[in-house]
Amino acid sequence: MTDALPVVLNINGLKYEFEVLPYRSLLDVLRDELGLTGTKECCAVGECGACTVHFDGRSINACLMLAIEADGGSVTTIEGIAAPGEMTRVQDAFLEHGAVQCGFCIPGMVMSAEYLLARNPHPTEQETREGLSGNLCRCGGYNRMLKAISSVSEESTP
Amino acid sequence: MTASQIGSSTRRFGGYERVTGSQEFVADLRLDGMLFVKLVSIDCARARIVSVDTSAARGLAGVVAVVTSDDLPQPVPRFGPVYKDRPILAVGETKYHGEPVAAVVAESKDVAEVAASLVAIQFEELPAVFTVASALDPLSPLVQEPGLRSAGTLANTNVLSEQVFGWGDLAATEADLVIENDYCFPMVTHFAIEPHGCMVVSSSGGFEVWSPVQHPYLLQAILADLFDLPLTRVRVVAPDPGGAFGGKQNPKFEPLLCFLARMTKRPVRLILTLEESFQATRRTSAEIHIRSGFSRDGLLCFQDIESNFLLGAYADIAGRVVSKSNYLGCGPYCTPVARIRARALLSHTTPSCAFRGFGTPQVAWALESQMDAAARHLGIDGLQIRLMNLAAKGDDVVPGDVPADGEWAQSVRKAASAVGWGEPLAPNHGRGIAVGIKSGATTGLSYSTIRLLFDGSVTIYAGTSDMGQGARTIFAQIVSDELGVPIDQIDVVMGDTSVVPFDLQTSASRSTVFMGNAILDACRDIQLQVRELAAELHGTALENVRIEAGGVFISDMKVSIPEVVQASLGRLRGELIGNGTMRRTDIANHPLGGSPAFFEFNCTAFEVSVDVETGEVSVIKHVSVGDTGKSLNPLQVEMQDEGAAIMGLGHTMMEHIILDESGRIANHGALDYRIPTSKDLPLSLSTYSIENADGPGPYGSKGVSEGAILCTAPAFASAVTEATGVVIRDLPLTPERVWRAMRDGASDSSKVE
Repeated sequence: MTDALPVVLNINGLKYEFEVLPYRSLLDVLRDELGLTGTKECCAVGECGACTVHFDGRSINACLMLAIEADGGSVTTIEGIAAPGEMTRVQDAFLEHGAVQCGFCIPGMVMSAEYLLARNPHPTEQETREGLSGNLCRCGGYNRMLKAISSVSEESTP
Repeated sequence: MTASQIGSSTRRFGGYERVTGSQEFVADLRLDGMLFVKLVSIDCARARIVSVDTSAARGLAGVVAVVTSDDLPQPVPRFGPVYKDRPILAVGETKYHGEPVAAVVAESKDVAEVAASLVAIQFEELPAVFTVASALDPLSPLVQEPGLRSAGTLANTNVLSEQVFGWGDLAATEADLVIENDYCFPMVTHFAIEPHGCMVVSSSGGFEVWSPVQHPYLLQAILADLFDLPLTRVRVVAPDPGGAFGGKQNPKFEPLLCFLARMTKRPVRLILTLEESFQATRRTSAEIHIRSGFSRDGLLCFQDIESNFLLGAYADIAGRVVSKSNYLGCGPYCTPVARIRARALLSHTTPSCAFRGFGTPQVAWALESQMDAAARHLGIDGLQIRLMNLAAKGDDVVPGDVPADGEWAQSVRKAASAVGWGEPLAPNHGRGIAVGIKSGATTGLSYSTIRLLFDGSVTIYAGTSDMGQGARTIFAQIVSDELGVPIDQIDVVMGDTSVVPFDLQTSASRSTVFMGNAILDACRDIQLQVRELAAELHGTALENVRIEAGGVFISDMKVSIPEVVQASLGRLRGELIGNGTMRRTDIANHPLGGSPAFFEFNCTAFEVSVDVETGEVSVIKHVSVGDTGKSLNPLQVEMQDEGAAIMGLGHTMMEHIILDESGRIANHGALDYRIPTSKDLPLSLSTYSIENADGPGPYGSKGVSEGAILCTAPAFASAVTEATGVVIRDLPLTPERVWRAMRDGASDSSKVE
């Protein structure tokens, strides 16, 4: 098989230097090499959003980015958005409004919601639906997610 | 004293872990020295396996083993929850698209995948059965060898089972209007966001198995049977499933993994891709022919139903899906005369199993659409025809069995008012309403153990799988009220057969009723012990000590439970242990083995608008009302109801598995098989509960997790008919299908006498 290549990544504020085979995805590296298993794998083809992370300020599917493509970049995963034992307002609102059932889609869903609110603190319902449309939830929690995001939006100063 | 938890929307146990990503699902677990398994299958449904060349795969660095059925004990062991029909790996021929022919075990996931692609399988495609028509054709090939099933008249057919339910004399029954139609409910897949997976360690003569399975104790029993081990040598650890919906009830690849762990003497792990999960299980599809008789004023005279459910190559639990749903094939109505012929048919397709609703959505699609067809012919309102035929509390739905257990008309009226029934409609808008009942669990057994620790905190042991329904929260709420313990001092332990006492299963919306009652029983056990201790401490008779709202009353003096426990147990500390049971045993000669413990009743109503240019249907209002008895946690009930409603929209509007001429799934995976997204959510989705405390569960509760999926499709289709005038009897109602029906002017084509 092919030789591994060196990669440097900033993940959740920490610098990681490692070698990785050129065909491995960022998702593989996060989960299998670095033990950051909060980011989930479902479809592996960029359709379900379970592996949503933030990369250099953009929301991406970690399954669609090769680890070597990410070299030199900055990644935020679900583990990096709140201090241990704490929750962001989005996370807290998800629980308060009953948006969480099995929970498998939730890390990706939270990352999409955080990204949406960071760019658009007061989204319309249509914009929120659009913002979450890349994340599948089979437990059907969408209605509660909209309510949760709306409640966070209302709390912030216009 | 703590505030009452019952009836309050207590936050989800395990919620913090789920929003922060620290909840460990099976794929998040790692074992030292773990090997990775990849299944090898062929691109065909039924084929004779001519040869399997594993040499190239074996030669790859990092490959530990490549196993075919030749490497397994002979004859190759078979397993299943009802019939032992599924082999560990395909033997001689494959029976469905994706059935594994070989398994690669390697040091890494990547090597396992590459090696799997190097296994060269020569095969010869064989004639196969993919449809109801071919399954019923006596000239079709047999899906299963006759020897696999008990000999009988059906042994040389593809009919796994055929049952006839009914009452009254159909031949002697007349009706003013007889409506006859065929309805189709396609194959759909569970699509849990967590793909199926498991890990196995072989050690000290037995196995440790990690599987997000709904029935850990059934998996334990099946593995113990396969390997001739005592139950103590099979430990099943069941991490919380990342969604299951019936798809994770029964063993699939755990037996294979046990063999591989034993052969390699290393921990082994298999995580399926989403595409492979499509090939692992699905909903049982159905074709239903139905003749319904009505009086001219709309009263039901009879139902004559012929249901053909298409199972896959192995039976799994699907025979039960067919019998249980068809037993209630006449729905929640007073039906004077009925005949229901229900067949479970084997085919060369993905093994079907339980899926939320357990066959009822298929049956209700036909039955409820007939109610609308009759209403249209008789000029009666869809709401009226249902209300006039609905069973009142105490009325028979199946004569001789338990009668209607709820005030179901209340749910129907609530749904009608919430959807704005009878109000003026804009052009191209329509409303529809439908009802459904599902039998709750019939027989069953749950045990619970509760430890009241010295400081007053409590550990609950319950064998339920918390797969999204929030069972831990409900159980803790019950204990909080019964023992006066703050909710944050309660721990709920689940998912380990070596620690937690037996529970039959997590299915059929049973856990609040069955495990809930077992927990209540265990609380009663502890309450009695506390009363005995208090009576002894205070030198009084037992009858002078009572427990109310979690506090201990000795005559007029009130103390807390921990005060009694600490004073009594003293310096050596210790704890109180309570045990509880809920058991419903078999009823002799009952077609289902036992009566429904409760009915799950739902009324669903829609307002839709249809784009006449494209056939696209927009859901303006989606209303679901369930008869919950008592909502122990109203927020969780709403979450379950909304989730079931959205899942119902999936099979109503967009979902269906497409097979090509070789029986291959043409649209497996997230790219080609659509499930609802946030953009498909109705503009307004509201759910309501009717609470009359008339259920058999704690505080009068009933199960609630399936109701809102039972009659989504007929209510939706009825609304589309009102909006467009077209009648469609095949699901799903995709824009293309609605558009074609409008183009062709497909008005009601019912055969009418």
